[in-house]
Amino acid sequence: MQSEQILLLGVNHKTTPVEIREKIALSGGYDQYLAALNKIEHIQEHYLLSTCNRVELLVVADAGADVRDHLIRFLFGNEVPLEKADEYLYILEGREAVHHLFTVAGSLDSMVVGEAQILGQLKEAYRHAAEQHSTGALLNKMLHKSFTVAKRVRTETGIGSSAVSISYAAVQLAKKIFGDLRQKKVLLIGAGEMAELAAEHLLGNGVRAVSVANRTLARAMRLAERFDGQAISMEELPEHLEETDIIISSTGAEELIIHKSDVQAVMRKRRNRPLFLIDIAVPRDLDPRLNDLDNVYLYDIDDLSSVVEINREGRGREAIKARRIVDEETLKFEHYIETLEVKPTIVELRKRIREMAEGELAKSRHRLGELTGEQEDALEAMLHAIAAKILHHPMEYLKSSRCTGHKKIKERVNTVCEIFGLPEGRTEKQDNETNE
Amino acid sequence: MTELSNILYAVILLVSGLSCAGYLVYFFRQRKDVRQIARVLLLASGILQTLFLLTRYVLVGHTPITSPFETMVFFAWSTTWAFLTFHWRYSLKNFGTIVSLLIFSLLVVSLFASQQVIVLPPKLQSVWLPVHAGISIFSYGFLSLAFCGGVMYLILERALKRKQFGFLFERLPSLDALDQLNSHCITIGFGLFTVGILTGVLWLKQVYGDYWHGGSKEVWSMVIWFALLFQVHQRYSVGWRGRRAALLVVITFVVILLTLWGVTYLSGGVHGHAI
Repeated sequence: MQSEQILLLGVNHKTTPVEIREKIALSGGYDQYLAALNKIEHIQEHYLLSTCNRVELLVVADAGADVRDHLIRFLFGNEVPLEKADEYLYILEGREAVHHLFTVAGSLDSMVVGEAQILGQLKEAYRHAAEQHSTGALLNKMLHKSFTVAKRVRTETGIGSSAVSISYAAVQLAKKIFGDLRQKKVLLIGAGEMAELAAEHLLGNGVRAVSVANRTLARAMRLAERFDGQAISMEELPEHLEETDIIISSTGAEELIIHKSDVQAVMRKRRNRPLFLIDIAVPRDLDPRLNDLDNVYLYDIDDLSSVVEINREGRGREAIKARRIVDEETLKFEHYIETLEVKPTIVELRKRIREMAEGELAKSRHRLGELTGEQEDALEAMLHAIAAKILHHPMEYLKSSRCTGHKKIKERVNTVCEIFGLPEGRTEKQDNETNE
Repeated sequence: MTELSNILYAVILLVSGLSCAGYLVYFFRQRKDVRQIARVLLLASGILQTLFLLTRYVLVGHTPITSPFETMVFFAWSTTWAFLTFHWRYSLKNFGTIVSLLIFSLLVVSLFASQQVIVLPPKLQSVWLPVHAGISIFSYGFLSLAFCGGVMYLILERALKRKQFGFLFERLPSLDALDQLNSHCITIGFGLFTVGILTGVLWLKQVYGDYWHGGSKEVWSMVIWFALLFQVHQRYSVGWRGRRAALLVVITFVVILLTLWGVTYLSGGVHGHAI
C-alpha cells in the first residue's frame, strides 16, 4: 500500500465463457508459471490459482510500478487479443483484492456457492507458491487469513453443508433406488463443480464407471481422465442411455438435451432397469416429464435441496452471514496492514522513551546512596509508570489512525516523529519483525 | 391333547403379538436390541406353531388344514417359516416389521374362526391332503412375503417419484432389494402353487373321476395361477419390474386372501367338497 501494492487479476466463470477460460487455464502444473512470474520486474510476491472455473493472479508489486500490462499478457498469453481481454478480466487492488480472495476462499464466488473443493484448490496452489518461495510476508499472511475465512464460513454458517449435502443427497437417493452402487454406471453430461462433486461422491461409494459427455470433446476427455472414465461426444448420448444407470446433467444448453421419448425408447432395451436422472442445469437439460416414466426417477437441483431440507431462503440467509464474515476479516486484515505502517514508529517511540528514562536513572542513581531492594524496585516501577503514561496518548493517537485511511496515517506518523524527534522515513520500510 | 393344543395356541398368540410389538418398537424407535428380541420371539413363535400343528394333527387324525381355523394357522405358519428361511439369506430393512404384522393379523383372524374339528369323509382322507393343501398354503407363505415387499415398494416408489420424504422413507430398504424380493418370492411361490394345483387336479380325478369339478375355489385358483404365470413370464421375458410388478403382486395376494376367506369360509371348509 505504501511501498507496495496488492493486485489481483483474474477471470472466472461469471466474467468469462468457458471457451476462453479453457484457453487460459494453466496446463501442466503451477511451477513453470510461477517461475515465469518470478521473472517479471517489480513483483515482490506472487501467487497463482487455476481451477476449472477461475484463473487468478495475486501479486505484491513495488508501489508505483505499472506491472498490469505484463500480468495481463502473462494471463492471456497470445491466445486472446489484449483489447478483448479487458472484457473478461477483473483487476482488483488493495482492499478489494483482499476482499475478493476471501470471498473466493469462503466459496461465495463458486459456481455452486458453498462447495468445499475450492479450499483444497487454494491450499494446493499456495503449497506450490510456497515451495517456489514466490510468496513473502504479506501474501503468506493474506493466504493464511483466507484459509481462516474459509474455516469460519464453514463452521459458522450452514452454507457449506448445502452443497456437500446436495451431492450427499444424490448418493443417498441413488442408494435408495439401486441398493448397491457397485455395478452402476454414471454419465456426466457437461461439467461443473456440482456435477463433479456428485460424481466424486458416487465414485467414493463404489460406482463402477464414470463417462463424460461434453460439447467439446477435449474437455470431456480431460474430465474423464480425472475420473478414470470414458469420454463420449454428445451425438453418442442416445446409445449410452441404454447402459447408464445414473445421469448427472449440467450443461449450459438452452434447450432440453434428453427428451421423454428418448428414454421411453430405450426402456425396453434396458429391460426396465431403473434410471436415476439428476438435472443440475439451469435452464434444465432434462425433460421434466421424464419423471412420469416407470422406473425413471428425475431430480432437479431444487428437488435435491428439498431432500436435505435446505430451501433457497435458508441458503440466502447463510450466504449473508458468510459475506459478513468475509467483510469482517477483510477489515481485520486492513487493520493489520495499517498496523504494519505505524508499528515501526511505535517501536521506535517506545525505545526512545525507555532510553531516556534509563539514561536519567543511571545519571542520578549514585546520588541516592544505598537503597534496599524494595526501594530499588519502587524506583524502577516509577520510571516504567512515567514512561507508560507519556507513551499512552501518542500511542493511542497512532493506533486510532488505523481506520482513518492511508493518508491520515502518514500524517500522524510524521507528527509523532517530529514531536519526539524520531528519525523520519523509518515507516517507509517494512519491518521484518512484524512478519508472522 | 385338546388342552395342550389350546394352551399352545394361546402362547402362540402371545409370543407372536410380542414379537410384532418388538418389531414395531424397532420400527419407530430404531432400537436394535429390541429387534433382536423380536427376532428370537418370532423364531419361537415359528417353533410353537409347528408344535401346535402337530398336536392338532394328533387331535383331528389328519393334516390339520381342512377347517378355516386350521387354514389360517397353517397360513401364518407357512408365512413365518418362509420369512425365517428367507431371512437366513437376505436381510431387508424393516421387512420383519411388516411380515410380523401380517403373521399376527393372520393369527388374530384365526381367533374368530370355529376351532371345531371337521371330520373328513373317508374318500377325502388321502395322502393327497397334506401334499396338495400343504404345498398350496406354503406357496401362499412366499406370496405373502412378496405382498409385504410389494406394499413397501409402492410406498417407497411413491415417495421417490413425488419427492416427499417422510417418516417411512428412511425406514424402507432400497427399491432394488424390494424388487429382487418380489422376483424371488414370486418365482418360488409360483412354482409351489403350480405343484399345489397339479396335485389338486390329480386328487380331484381320484375322488370324482374328472380333472375339473367347476367349484368356485377351482376357478379362482386358476385365475391366481394365470396371474402369477403372467408376472413370472413378463419378468423373465421382457424384464418387467418395479411399480407394476409390485402392484400386481399386491392385487394377486388380495385375491388369494379373498379366495381363501370368501370361498373357504362361505363353504365351511374343504372347498365345500363333499359336505
